[in-house]
Order: sequence, then C-alpha cells, then structure tokens
Amino acid sequence: MNAVSVRDLVKRYGEHEAVAGVSFEIGSGEVFGLLGPNGAGKTTTVEILEGYRRRDGGDVEVLGADPERAGTAWREQIGVVLQQSQMWPNLTVRETLAMFAGYYTEPRDVDEVVELVGLAEKSGERVKTLSGGQKRRLDLGLALVGDPQLVFLDEPTTGFDPQARRAAWEMVRSLRTLGKTIVLTTHYLDEAQELADRVAVLVAGRIVRIGRPSELTGGARTTEIRWRENGEQRTIETDDPTRALHELTTRALADGRRLDELEVRRASLEDVYLELVQDQDLQGETA
Amino acid sequence: MKLFLHQLRNEQLIFWRSREAAVFVFFFPIMLLLLLGAVYDGDYRGHPEIDYLVAGLLGYGTANTAFGGLAILLVVRREMGILKRIRSTPLPSSYYLASALVSMLLVFALQAVAIVVVAKVVYGASWPPRPFSLVAASAVGAAAFAAMGVGLAGLIRSAEGASAVVNVVVLPMAFLSGGFGPPSRYPKLMQDVAELLPLKHFIDAITGILLDSEPVTGQGWALLVVAAWGVAGLLLAVRAFTWEPREA
Repeated sequence: MNAVSVRDLVKRYGEHEAVAGVSFEIGSGEVFGLLGPNGAGKTTTVEILEGYRRRDGGDVEVLGADPERAGTAWREQIGVVLQQSQMWPNLTVRETLAMFAGYYTEPRDVDEVVELVGLAEKSGERVKTLSGGQKRRLDLGLALVGDPQLVFLDEPTTGFDPQARRAAWEMVRSLRTLGKTIVLTTHYLDEAQELADRVAVLVAGRIVRIGRPSELTGGARTTEIRWRENGEQRTIETDDPTRALHELTTRALADGRRLDELEVRRASLEDVYLELVQDQDLQGETA
Repeated sequence: MKLFLHQLRNEQLIFWRSREAAVFVFFFPIMLLLLLGAVYDGDYRGHPEIDYLVAGLLGYGTANTAFGGLAILLVVRREMGILKRIRSTPLPSSYYLASALVSMLLVFALQAVAIVVVAKVVYGASWPPRPFSLVAASAVGAAAFAAMGVGLAGLIRSAEGASAVVNVVVLPMAFLSGGFGPPSRYPKLMQDVAELLPLKHFIDAITGILLDSEPVTGQGWALLVVAAWGVAGLLLAVRAFTWEPREA
C-alpha cells in the first residue's frame, strides 16, 4: 500500500495558486524528495500532507486517512520536522524528548533517541546551549520519539555547514534502514540526489519532472566535451562521445596540439534542474 | 487524565526552570503588597483598608496570571513555532491549553496563599472567612479571564510586543478596578469607567466574600458580568486565535 497518495492537489492563497494540480504517490519505506526553488510550493504541499492546511481541490491520502479529518491515532504514526521551530530554552535535551514521548502511546526509548540523533553528550544540557545543527537534530529526535511510520522533513539542512549537512544525511540514511517512509523537501539538488529514492521537481506549484535521480538526468540529451586551447574555452556537445572524443584527440595528436584541461561530462542533474526551472520561469513570464 | 497530568508536570517544569521569570511573576504582587500595605493603613467603609488591598491584589493576581500570563505564554510559544509543532503530535489541543492554564493557576494559588499570609503577618489583615467561596469565585474569574487571555493572544502580532500590550491592558485595568487598594479617592469619572471593566466586578465579588463574609452565591450578579466577559473573550478567541506564527 502507498504511504501517501496525492491527486490533482490545488491550494490557493487569494488569486495565487501556490499548488496548481500536483499528483504523486509515495510507497511504503520510500524516501521521496520534493525539490524546487523557494516559493515553488514545497512547504505548502507538505503542510497539507501533515494536516496543517486545508486544500482547495484534489484528493490526499496519508497512511490511509485524509489529513484534514485525521485524529490522534493518525498523529501517532507521523513525525514532523518543521522548517522553523524552536524549543523551550531552559529544558534539557532529555527533558524535551521525554515531554514529547509522553504524548504517544508507544514511544521509543528516550535515551535510544538521544543516541540515534547523536546528542548523547548533550543529553543533560539545556536546549539554549545547543548549536544550530544540534537544535535541528533535537527537532529530528522529537519527530522520531513517537516511533512514527512516516517522517516529514521540511528543509532539514538549510543553514547547515557542509560537515553538519553530511551528518544529517547520515541520519536520514539510518532512518531508511529503520524502514521509515520519508518525505523530504529541499532546494539543494545534491541533497535530493544523495538521499531520495525518487524526486519530484516542483516549480511554480507544478511537478515538472518526477522519477529516480538517475532517470531525471537519463533522458538528457548530450555529453559535453570541453577543453582549453590558446587560452580559449572550447566546447563540443555530442550524442556520440566516443567518436567525438576519438576524432578530437586524433587530430590534436596529428597536429601536435595540446588539449589543456580536457574534460568529458554528462549533463548532471543540476543542469537538468536549472533548465527545468528556467524553462518554467520563461513560460511564466510569457503567460 | 494521565496525559493531562504529564503535560501539567511539564508546564510546571518549564515555568520554574526559567528562574528569572518565575521569581518575577511570583514575587511581584507580594512586593506590591508590601509597598501598598504601608500606604493603606486606615479604614474605608467600616473595614481596614489592608483587607481591601488583599481582595484587590487577589483579583489583580487572577487577571495577571490567567489573562496576562496566559496571553504572553501563548504568543511567545506561537511565534517560536512550539504551538504549531505540538499540533502535529497526538496531544489534543484542549489538553494543551487546559494544562497551560491550570499550571498558571497553580502558581497563582501559591501566590494567593503567600499574599494572605504576608498581609496577616506584616499588616495584621484578617483571615479569609469563607475559603470555599473564595476559591469558587476565583475559579469563575480564572476561567473567564483565561478565555479573554486566549482572545487577546489572537490580537497580539509579535512575541516582543506581548508583555508590553498585556501590561498596558492589565495595569490600568487593575488600578481603575481597585486592584491596588480601595478606590476611595478616585474621581467620579474613573469610578464610572471602572464599572465597564470585568476586573472591577470580579474584585467586588472577592471583596464581598472577604470583607462581608458573604457566600459566593451572594455575588451572583458580579460574577455573571465577569462570566459574560469570559464568553466575549471566548468568541474573540475562536475568531482571532491561531496556532501558527504570525511573523514567519
């Protein structure tokens, strides 16, 4: 059974359609990434799935229930990391987790959660002494303490330094091994690529591409061969890189030329993504 | 019930753990009693002024905790995103609000005992003659002021503004209503304005019980006015209160 299924979802704020007919399904145990620039409708979509917002159209089912009408039994099964939230500065990490654990009928062991999110050394410290990354890990711990089936992570690493991001990624991977279904929003492409089984690219309230990270680039047209010659940047785009490269290097050797900084690269997800976002923006302007 | 007690225990932990705030909230009315008690040492309408002061401070304390304190607590937590975060847990919203309120009232109950004892020991005030009636009237007042507090929280936009707005509302209201001593020398206009305020009627009820040994049932009219304000607060709360931060 699918953990999440969304069909023709629409959400309007006044005249503006923040989500303009989005459909997707998320399988049980899957890590699903919602990728897009700021203002694309990622958070709105996720907050509808979490039951925070009412939709204006379409059907939504999360763990077999409509989030608008779901009750406490349903909330036992979901864990939420909001894009922004703070906790009481004067409680300790352990106390904060114990408070939340008390809301659930079958919570995880608090010390186990402390361990899981890597805050064992900070367990007895007050929340106000934590760094930004540690606070975010506490948020994650609070989302996990009820032992949910489905976890929502809304931009879990925004504002992190590279090291903290790597650590957060490790944690998400460990969640996957626990068998959790994870819905992740991010505007970082590499994050979606690293973590998600499938990615939906959301631009201006619409899904413009959906699939495995490798599939998103797979259909992409060409391979690029770049090099530098006489201080000048040269580029060939080709569908047949073996032949093109062979011809290029054969001629260069015959002429005794050097091909400085020779590079062969396939269009990356980033190229595809930027292209998608740009296309959509252009359409938006002409519409 | 277990869930409610769990949350109540945590609310108490949160309150007392923030030591500066706890000490300020707890000792401020007692400080007022010590200062004002030195001024009000005469008689008014056949009763010692200090007894009026005790009744007034108990009324002020109820408004200050159930109305002002609850409003500030809710606005600050709303803007921190805590209310929104709690909404996604299985803890029902009603339990959350109720435990926050009851936690505040526990603090106030302690404070009320301290006020009565300090007034007795330092200024020779009387013991409350009808403790049950006093508690019953306080419960009506606390519920009404709490509803108004939730409504007020809906009108306050930012966490920074919360305590300023609350003080601008609560302090003049308490002064006009006789919260800081009997309004014996108040001009007629101020007394007329006070008639419009819920706290005036609440303090009247407390005064009747405390000074004239009337049972709570003898204060039906005054408490009805307070309750009507509570209903208005509730209607405002339903319209204006939100769980999500305003300044995101």
